[in-house]
Amino acid sequence: MFLSLMIFIPLLGMVVVLLLPRDQEELARRVTLGFTLIPLLLAVVLFMQYDRSASDLQFDFDTVWIKAFDIHYHIGINGISVTLLLLTALLGPICVLASWRNIEKGVKAYLALFLLLETGMIGFFCAQDLFLFYVFFEVTLLPMYFLIGIWGGPRREYAAIKFFLYTLFGGVLMLIAIIAVYIKGGTFDIPTLIDLASREGHPLADRTFQIWAFLGFFIGFAVKVPIFPFHTWLPDAHVEAPTAISVILAGILLKMGTYGLVLINFAMLPKGMELFCNGEGRWGNAFAVLGFVNIVYGSLCALAQKDFKKLVAYSSIAHMGFVILGLAARNESGMNGAILQMFNHGVISAMLFLLVGVVYDRAHHREIGGFGGLGSRMPIYTGITTVAFMASLGLPGLSGFVGEALSLLGAYDKFPKLTILSTIGIVIGAAYFLWTLQRVFLGQLNPKYADMPEINRREIVTLVPLGILTIVLGIWPSFAMDMFNEAVKGLIAPLG
Amino acid sequence: MDTLNNVQSIRYFIPELILVAFAAGVIIYDLIGRQEGGRRAAHLSLAGLAAALIAVLLVGAADRSLFLGMVQLDSFAVFFKVIILITTAVTILFSMGSEELDPRTKGEYYALLLAVTLGMFLMASSTHLLMIYLSIETVSLASYILAGFLTHSPRSSEAAFKYIIYGAVASGTMLFGISLIFGLTGTGDVVQVSNVLAELFSSGGGDYQLAVLVSIIFVLAGVGYKIASVPFHMWSPDVYEGAPIPITAFLSVASKSAGFALFIRLFYSGFGSANVIESVDWSLLLAVVAALTMTVGNLAALPQQNVKRLLAYSSIAHGGYVLMGGVLLTAEGVHAILFYLIIYLFMNLGAFFVVILIAERIGSETIDGYRGLVTRAPLVAISMGIFLFSLTGIPPLSGFIGKWLLFKAVLTEEFYWLAIVGLLNSVVSLYYYVRIVKAMFLDSSDEPNPVSFSIGSRALLVVFVVPTIILGLYWTPVYQLSKASLGKILG
Repeated sequence: MFLSLMIFIPLLGMVVVLLLPRDQEELARRVTLGFTLIPLLLAVVLFMQYDRSASDLQFDFDTVWIKAFDIHYHIGINGISVTLLLLTALLGPICVLASWRNIEKGVKAYLALFLLLETGMIGFFCAQDLFLFYVFFEVTLLPMYFLIGIWGGPRREYAAIKFFLYTLFGGVLMLIAIIAVYIKGGTFDIPTLIDLASREGHPLADRTFQIWAFLGFFIGFAVKVPIFPFHTWLPDAHVEAPTAISVILAGILLKMGTYGLVLINFAMLPKGMELFCNGEGRWGNAFAVLGFVNIVYGSLCALAQKDFKKLVAYSSIAHMGFVILGLAARNESGMNGAILQMFNHGVISAMLFLLVGVVYDRAHHREIGGFGGLGSRMPIYTGITTVAFMASLGLPGLSGFVGEALSLLGAYDKFPKLTILSTIGIVIGAAYFLWTLQRVFLGQLNPKYADMPEINRREIVTLVPLGILTIVLGIWPSFAMDMFNEAVKGLIAPLG
Repeated sequence: MDTLNNVQSIRYFIPELILVAFAAGVIIYDLIGRQEGGRRAAHLSLAGLAAALIAVLLVGAADRSLFLGMVQLDSFAVFFKVIILITTAVTILFSMGSEELDPRTKGEYYALLLAVTLGMFLMASSTHLLMIYLSIETVSLASYILAGFLTHSPRSSEAAFKYIIYGAVASGTMLFGISLIFGLTGTGDVVQVSNVLAELFSSGGGDYQLAVLVSIIFVLAGVGYKIASVPFHMWSPDVYEGAPIPITAFLSVASKSAGFALFIRLFYSGFGSANVIESVDWSLLLAVVAALTMTVGNLAALPQQNVKRLLAYSSIAHGGYVLMGGVLLTAEGVHAILFYLIIYLFMNLGAFFVVILIAERIGSETIDGYRGLVTRAPLVAISMGIFLFSLTGIPPLSGFIGKWLLFKAVLTEEFYWLAIVGLLNSVVSLYYYVRIVKAMFLDSSDEPNPVSFSIGSRALLVVFVVPTIILGLYWTPVYQLSKASLGKILG
């Protein structure tokens, strides 16, 4: 019931916001903030209560939804989902605060859609029934389409429909795989299916079947992550989306893809995973190569960007590559690294997009070359940005380093050459972040921005918790890793 | 199953008789007093439909063969009769407020609608080839007139004219096919036809294969025309665009449902059940038709600016989805078809209702007329958004569940390519549905004034919205209902 509360409180909030009188915009904002703070509070309780020494589902709740098909409302969390749940709940209020002043038209509708989106995301990370899982996966699409399409930048309509079409395309292929799994397994219950798939002789354990189902799910999630070549919607969506929505997009929605890969492809379809990750044969390197391409290609693209936000968007693609590489390794350090990287990227990319938003709100453009010397004008802003940049480029002592290092360490065991090549991405990452730092903040102050106001209190409130997390996790990564270490061990145990 | 003679059958035929009586009554009433613009005639027709509905439910599924084997009264027929009655009633409600129809001729219009309903009843229950032909003709003839009912509009006349020409060709072809089958088997009863054919082939009658194949394809042409499947779909966009909008809505739901009823009866208890022609892969043939129908419908819908025409193509595509359920001739597939038709009824009629409202209050049938609708009429815009996303098949709306059952039926039989084609088609369809959504929500209107709609219209809209949402979240009752309606159709 605890998790249900968390899922549906934002939905309740949506109803409340819609019922408020039209002109009460300030009230609507406060109410929304309240309704996003409750899940955060619950998430913190969850974090405390979660039994770190167990690898099975906790806070399990299971009831029949549609009897004829054995569809259940089954929710529960393991160490991996609880981490992402915490991230989701944390970014909720931060995004509401980040949209406080920049969203002027249709405030109520915006907030209502945002709350609906939050329900979809939280539900997705809790779902333990494949049907429910798919429903929540798709539920996030509609609000996202409208949030980008109505409140976005000049090319918002194009970006919104592109996002929608790409994700739905991946979604329907996944749907075929879901139905096929259901027909073979006779149930939607994810833990049961994982168990059946590991029994030799069961139709679900059939290798050919697993490979095809793997591909269906993989494309569905790959669009979301996004994995090259399905990534082209991401820069458009990020550039056009309002700041808070970019934060959600990078922070949570991308993680839905990698979380799905862990939950379904990794755990339920090990033979498919095996084919693409064992390092042998024609396809054995496929998964790792995709990770490598994401890292290097994403970094190179980021290096070429003139638009600040697009740079961050491409760096997102690069950093998600480390998650893919870590998953491909299929060993403890690779998996731990991948999942930690998911969480860290959620925090760091959220920070980066918030920071871009701060400067965009003041200058109304995002041209990296159009600033210069902001460091002298906005020292606090510059300080926070430097922390975020350093975390993102993987400076030891900050959180980005730990996840990436573990991923690479794990991957090196299996794919030494690819791993070495992937480190090029880190070098390029350092290059574009430092170069950006130099162009935007150092040097002579651009006279156009001589009276640029410093970052304000509300903006600091959105950034500080994330900054603290980056530093804490850099020094004390077990703070998060203890949560999912057991779950990871459980995942890789069958691989021997 | 009991076969009743003509006299014994009468008491099971009361719903049809009620429709005949009310159709005649509406005409007579219309001749006596026509000053009130057809309002009373509409009420009378609605009363007739209500009486017929009660009769249908009271008579129930008697599982009897009426009129010496001409008509079958089973739960399958009852299911379709109820769907047809609801659609007709809704169409009359739509028409009552419609300003494009000439009030002086509305009496005839309602009488014709009742006549079409009668024809559709027979389509859903005929088990004899001759009866099938007659029922199709009854529906077609009245539909031609209804499509051309806007006598002042050239588009409407064109629609009726095209409808007649295509219809005449299709029914002529069908009749030819029927005569061939009768010549080969010496009977018109669908079940007996399949028995005779099976015997013919088991005794090494390979010489007849081509003749049987050709005649079945000819019969299929008549059915394909009714459900607007490729390559017999050409009439439907023009007719849908030119006809009065309530009639378009009616044709896209009721006519299609009746066509599917006929299709299922013919292929499940008729040609398909005895594996009449083993050398022809029926499933593959139907699968190709289904795949082409949805693809053609969806691709043609992409560039449309006229919402009516867009929905016409979309309903061709939906015909293709539904046909997928019939491809494998399995019980699960038919079940999915029945379920889908219920869902489709609500979401498609809802979408057409919005088109009617907009055509009347804003005076536009093109997408441009929908610009900024969310600020002008939020309820209508949001409802339309729900209908369109449901038609796309986005969870948690009911259209998703409908599609889900269809795809599950297809995948159970491991027809993977068809499922992939079907689902990719859903992605394509999203693009054109979203164009309307974009106009309503993302664009702003040149004319910011709010548009108001009557309480009745808004209430009717909600009547469509609620099931479209609810059936996406909890559909067990409807699922059971459609399962029960399968009856003995599958032998």
